Amino acid sequence: MDFDYTDEQKALKDEARRFLGDASPISVVRGVLENPERGHDAALWARVAEQGWCGAAIPEAYGGYEFGYVELCGLAEELGRSLAPVPFASSVYQFAEAVLAEGTEEQKLELLPTIASGESIGTIAVSEGPGTVSAKRLATRYANGTLTGTKLPVADGMAAGKAVVLAMGSDGPVLVLTDLAGPGIDRRMVPTLDPTRGAAQIVFDNAPAQVLGSGGDGIAALARVHDRSAVLMSFEQLGGADRALEMARDYALERYAFGRPIGSYQAIKHKLADVFIRIEVARASAYYGAWALSTNAAELPIAAAAARIAGCNAYWQAAKENIQTHGGIGFTWEADPHLHYRRARHLGLVLGSAKAWKHKLTDRLEAQRAASNAERHAA
Amino acid sequence: MNFDDNPTEAQYRTKVRDWIASNKPDLSVLPPEERLVWTQGHKNAMRQWQATKSAGGYACITWPKEQGGAGGTQIEDVIFSQEETAAEIHDPYYITGLKMLIPAILKFNSDAKFAERVPLAVRGDEIWCQLFSEPSSGSDSAGIRTAAVRQGDEWVINGQKVWNSGAAHADYGLLITRTDPDQPKHKGLTAFWLKMDAPGLEVRPIKTMGGDSELNEVFFDDVRITDDQRVGAVNDGWSVVLATLMNERAAIGQSNGLTWSDMMDLAASVPTDDGTVMDDDAFRDLIADLYVDLEARRLIGFRTLTAISRGQSPGPEGSAAKLLWSGGTQTMMSEALDMLGEFGLVQDSVLSPRAGAFQQRFLWSCGLRIGGGTDEIQKNIIAERVLGLPADVRVDKGVPFREIPSGR
Repeated sequence: MDFDYTDEQKALKDEARRFLGDASPISVVRGVLENPERGHDAALWARVAEQGWCGAAIPEAYGGYEFGYVELCGLAEELGRSLAPVPFASSVYQFAEAVLAEGTEEQKLELLPTIASGESIGTIAVSEGPGTVSAKRLATRYANGTLTGTKLPVADGMAAGKAVVLAMGSDGPVLVLTDLAGPGIDRRMVPTLDPTRGAAQIVFDNAPAQVLGSGGDGIAALARVHDRSAVLMSFEQLGGADRALEMARDYALERYAFGRPIGSYQAIKHKLADVFIRIEVARASAYYGAWALSTNAAELPIAAAAARIAGCNAYWQAAKENIQTHGGIGFTWEADPHLHYRRARHLGLVLGSAKAWKHKLTDRLEAQRAASNAERHAA
Repeated sequence: MNFDDNPTEAQYRTKVRDWIASNKPDLSVLPPEERLVWTQGHKNAMRQWQATKSAGGYACITWPKEQGGAGGTQIEDVIFSQEETAAEIHDPYYITGLKMLIPAILKFNSDAKFAERVPLAVRGDEIWCQLFSEPSSGSDSAGIRTAAVRQGDEWVINGQKVWNSGAAHADYGLLITRTDPDQPKHKGLTAFWLKMDAPGLEVRPIKTMGGDSELNEVFFDDVRITDDQRVGAVNDGWSVVLATLMNERAAIGQSNGLTWSDMMDLAASVPTDDGTVMDDDAFRDLIADLYVDLEARRLIGFRTLTAISRGQSPGPEGSAAKLLWSGGTQTMMSEALDMLGEFGLVQDSVLSPRAGAFQQRFLWSCGLRIGGGTDEIQKNIIAERVLGLPADVRVDKGVPFREIPSGR
């Protein structure tokens, strides 16, 4: 039993915090907020890539640095905390994990080295407008080596050069790979709630594409990839939530009303204690997810869903109560709390809503229960 | 991060699981009503179990061998408790004494008279209870009014304690008294250990809203205690209280009662037109929420354990865990009643699912939010000790105890 970062992992995290404090101050985040067409900060991305973070969990055989998944989780926590405006989540938690988990050996050798170095950026294109995509309503088609259809929104869709796309193939849904700089692709930036993480609408018109891996059930493959992404994303959510609570705490100590710091009133103390509890739930769930991810444990699907739900909830609670604790000033453009409010919802939606993940979690608990009942009957 | 037992731990777990299986008490020989905790039959069975554990070297696993312990590690102790729980052994009688009170007393007293008591407690011959709370001293835990007045070599005790778990079954108690009301609240307290059959001491069980009587009031009418049963220095009783509460924080809760999986079992047994409640979307959302919170509570316990196994003292995450458990249990039980519809009203050992355990737990859950530090006190602990927010305005600070307003 060892339920914490090791000293080495803590040192890496501390180093990452120092690095981001210097490389991604709030002025860098606001630089993208004020100029949404940028989508991300290219100079910061280059510096993050230089650190080798994009290859943290990619094996050396594919050009990565193989620090490990728990190490990548620690980096994600710090990126979330600093609100870094970079396409790290799309490229590393989503695209790289999709290729690693589902791709052929050849695809891994071809695609992962430039992802690990940060030279290229990848993303996953799933959503096609309102609602959750399903096998019944999937409109984007894959046939004869080409893709046709519209994906909206695609996180970091303007920055990315490569994408994994969920499409309807001849035998059902399938994950395919496409080059976003290639022919048959028309993309435009779409404004979103959180301009510091860009998004695009991408129209595919007979765009060349190839099947990812052996081309099995794309919905099931996407679910496996999403489980891995969800654990990593839950650490970004945890870092952001921690920072939002810290901001609320600091403000509650310095703001006086009726002759006392507002943080001495139980109305504020108990509210922030409630946020702390949500964050402890997210932390415990994320750590468990990190263990399951790093050991490829059978518990991963359940652990990932729990980490996702707890991460969404904690960041949302922390972000909204941070604004509430700040009062009127927290509602202004100049004050920083709205950056977390935006980011909390952005991270809470990119892999599908918490509500959708609750359904997944209960499905999985039910399946587990049925399996253990069957086992008991057999015995 | 690693949630598996390491090879040494796994080996230990297998060993104790086998040992428990072949030595555990057989409650099925008792009449059904005597299988419940706090009945004479259950208590006798657990007394026998404690003696068996002691003979087998599994009582007080972390204590040094010369004190009757096994000289084992915290992790071994936790593994043994987990295996006891898995074997459905619920023993509320000895934990207070062996995990909290006696270790605290041993920090202050090394005399032969107290030392005599220790092996008897380890063997299960003697049960201990905590005599701290009072009618005017609940959350305000230093507001003790029970008076101890020195007369030569003796102290004369007058006053009342309340919410004393298991006091009616206890042989000994650890008592906190006020010895100097002219000092500020935390200063004039003194601790004693005493025998529960002392003349002038009376225990009255309290029937709580669930109908059981685990909790008691204890009255002191000129009870005499010799000075050699004083714990720590005169007027330094608060240090004894703190030492005890530290042990409480380190004693990881083991009994979970009903949880999310019991809710799934219940839902699968309640019919609807086209299936069971398990197919209901709103219920499926609820199960996900319950799972996340209650699993997190279990996992936070592992974090406490990690701190202990690294030789650090457990952090305030225990307060978060307690709030998740108490609030989560009450919500869950209320949802269980709703799930049953009008039939949820029925609390009957034959008609109700699980012999009425959901209804019983529904009533008991109010106590979970109050005992061991109320929800509100736990939130203050988090706000002040973790977040560093200021304590509330205090009108009792530095004021002699007898001048503090008491509302009567």
